Amino acid sequence: MSEKIRIEIAKPGLDGHDRGAKYIARALKDAGYEVIYTGIRQTPESIVATAIQEDVDFVGLSLLSGAHNELFPRVVELLKEQDAGDIIVFGGGVIPEEDLDFLKTHGIQAIFRPGTPISDVIAFIESTRKGHAA
Amino acid sequence: MELVTDILAGKTRAVARAVSIVENNSHDKEALIDALHDYTGHAAVWGITGPPGAGKSTLADCLIQKERDAGKKVAVIAVDPSSPFTGGALLGDRLRMQTHAVDPGVFIRSMASRGHLGGISAGTLDAVKIFDAAGFDTIIVETIGVGQTEIEIIELSDIVMLVLVPGMGDEIQAMKAGIMEIGDVYVVNKSDKDGAQRLKAEIEYVLMLKEQTNGDPSPGILMTSSRDNTGIDELHIHLTQLYHERTRNGMLSVRRKKRIKKEMDDIFNRKVQDLIEKELSLSANSSTWIEKVYRKEIKLYSFINNTLAEFERSNKK
Repeated sequence: MSEKIRIEIAKPGLDGHDRGAKYIARALKDAGYEVIYTGIRQTPESIVATAIQEDVDFVGLSLLSGAHNELFPRVVELLKEQDAGDIIVFGGGVIPEEDLDFLKTHGIQAIFRPGTPISDVIAFIESTRKGHAA
Repeated sequence: MELVTDILAGKTRAVARAVSIVENNSHDKEALIDALHDYTGHAAVWGITGPPGAGKSTLADCLIQKERDAGKKVAVIAVDPSSPFTGGALLGDRLRMQTHAVDPGVFIRSMASRGHLGGISAGTLDAVKIFDAAGFDTIIVETIGVGQTEIEIIELSDIVMLVLVPGMGDEIQAMKAGIMEIGDVYVVNKSDKDGAQRLKAEIEYVLMLKEQTNGDPSPGILMTSSRDNTGIDELHIHLTQLYHERTRNGMLSVRRKKRIKKEMDDIFNRKVQDLIEKELSLSANSSTWIEKVYRKEIKLYSFINNTLAEFERSNKK
């Protein structure tokens, strides 16, 4: 038995548009990963508690309400506070181009905007996963 | 091991890491489980099983709340299937329990079956031990949605709840062997739906036949509706009383010894298999042997018996 990559897919904030999150959860499952899907209306606190209990390698956040500049960095911050800063955070949703730099500097390692092919997400996971020769 | 100290102190990250170790079958696993051995045996282990969509996760969610109200620390292990094609899994059980995510007295862990048959995963039993040693009072294990023969849950739980819902077939389905025989408690969930009373009557009938044949007292049948939140109190009281009764009358230790026997057999079997594989270079030789059997040069049973006899002789020297 070998080590499996585990990924939490969560929707922080108040919008209920979970089509994208569900799509990515399914696509990552089909790519052979173990995906923990937590559903809509999660707080940064519940997302981080889940990530730690589930011992995930990645947290993928999906948001369409516009609150990404507050909620995404908050998840990264809480992970660090709880000694889990090694968990890699990425995001997706309708995120304007001018916010990308801000999110990157706040620890969101990748942002996948509408129209991104799933192969880009998989390539990102494979190149950043633990044990991958940097 | 520092990890062991942290687990015993109930530190979340350590417990989560440890579950990954048993799940991945890493080489630290055996030392870890042995180090925790003396600290296990305190938690009550409740199994929840039943067909897909019966409401197992939602019911688990309700029971977490009841146990929290009673001041208990609760761990949940929710098993979902891995794809036999890609090895991937979509673990969605905790979605129904997410209100408890930030409660420090609740730990929810999803596990993928990773090719293991039987309704749980190969690491589930060891994961139970980790939560037990970490000080959780109650451990709820939810199986994958099962069909008729995935009954391994009986081997790791003190009490098994079989959750059924109306509209899944006539009483002949209920009379078949396997899953219908393993419940210590039968739960008719979604009791707000049509046919719930009939289902209850059918289960009663099947259990009555069983009681008449082997004299076992009939398990309880409870009606619940997670939607209306009815029957949950009764179910919770029933489970608590049943657990106490089994502690008192010795049934609990009988059951736990059975579990140890099964586990011991499994570990022996696995280790013997590994040994044979190594000593006889099974995978390297098998294609030659297959060819010989196919060409009728050797016969299966005599060949295998001779090979093993030879192996035994060479080991005695």
